[in-house]
Amino acid sequence: MTKLTIPMLATLTTLALTSGVALAGSEDVVVDDAWARASIGVNRPGAAYMTIRNTGDEAVTLTGISTPLAMMPEIHESKTNAEGVSSMAPAGEITIAPGEAAELAPGGLHAMLMQLQQPMTEGDSFPLTLSFSDGGDVTVDVPILGIAARGPEG
Amino acid sequence: MRRRTALGYGATALGAMGLTLFVGWWRVDGPGAPEAVASLPIPLTEMDFRLTDHEGQPVGPETLVGRPTMVFFGFTFCPDVCPTTLSDISGWLDALGEDAGQMNVVFITVDPDRDTVEAMAEYVGYFHPAIRGWTGAQDQIARAAEGFRASYERVPTDGGDYTMTHTASVFLFDAAGGFVSMIDYHEPREFAVPKIRRALEEETEGAT
Repeated sequence: MTKLTIPMLATLTTLALTSGVALAGSEDVVVDDAWARASIGVNRPGAAYMTIRNTGDEAVTLTGISTPLAMMPEIHESKTNAEGVSSMAPAGEITIAPGEAAELAPGGLHAMLMQLQQPMTEGDSFPLTLSFSDGGDVTVDVPILGIAARGPEG
Repeated sequence: MRRRTALGYGATALGAMGLTLFVGWWRVDGPGAPEAVASLPIPLTEMDFRLTDHEGQPVGPETLVGRPTMVFFGFTFCPDVCPTTLSDISGWLDALGEDAGQMNVVFITVDPDRDTVEAMAEYVGYFHPAIRGWTGAQDQIARAAEGFRASYERVPTDGGDYTMTHTASVFLFDAAGGFVSMIDYHEPREFAVPKIRRALEEETEGAT
């Protein structure tokens, strides 16, 4: 059993690493305008924003995110109700139709970076990997702007 | 026998339905209904709460009377809405230029357990220098929120941590402490700045 499993795992890992090219869907994903706010220390969660465009002919589904910067990264969504009360919850999977884009922007969808492994320092950047349902990954380099930044331009 | 059983089931079903309806009524319209969110904040002069600002000074609603005031609620562990609101406000204050110096701008935390005076001081330091951070005892925060008709709630998260839901609107008061208007979250800046100017002008009118 063990003999079988290890090569299988190796194959799967290789597949996962090369799948951006090998599988259909996620290779058509283009990420623009990624940015994040600097953090104060590591106790507070961070947030990152970007536009995820599907330039292909088939829908793609974002299933998860990962980064060495945070132990628990997750796509969350902030909502403000009719009474003006804001709340935040995990957004689940996000399907992007062909030619459409998912907008991760302040006050809406955002990559919530929980359990930071190091402070997010203005001027630095970090890799964030988006995983899609076809098994493909897209990794983007996210520049860290100031805490008071309002958009990718600062 | 069979018929009695059927009747029994019927009665139980009816009873269950009745109970469901009653519970529904109780929670939605009856005595168990959540208190309706009252629409507008009361005047600052009628509020009563004791808090501490980010420099350790005792503050309360009376601290704000005499100058136009902008107040909003949030917490510093909030990764998205709160820094966005603080950045927006910093932008509005920049747009107001020197007039910004005539206003009180206060950020009241709804999470005083984590937002100590020191935490507030560090946090507000990253935004416009006019912004003050207020924190204090849970019951005093609750009294403040009640006066502003703001609501907040502690919500547990997956990692054993917690986050806060809270009113994200910005409240505007004139120099006499009367409520002028509120800027809803994500309202375009072209609406926000004139609203703030209105609060500033009411001060001038009150003075003449």
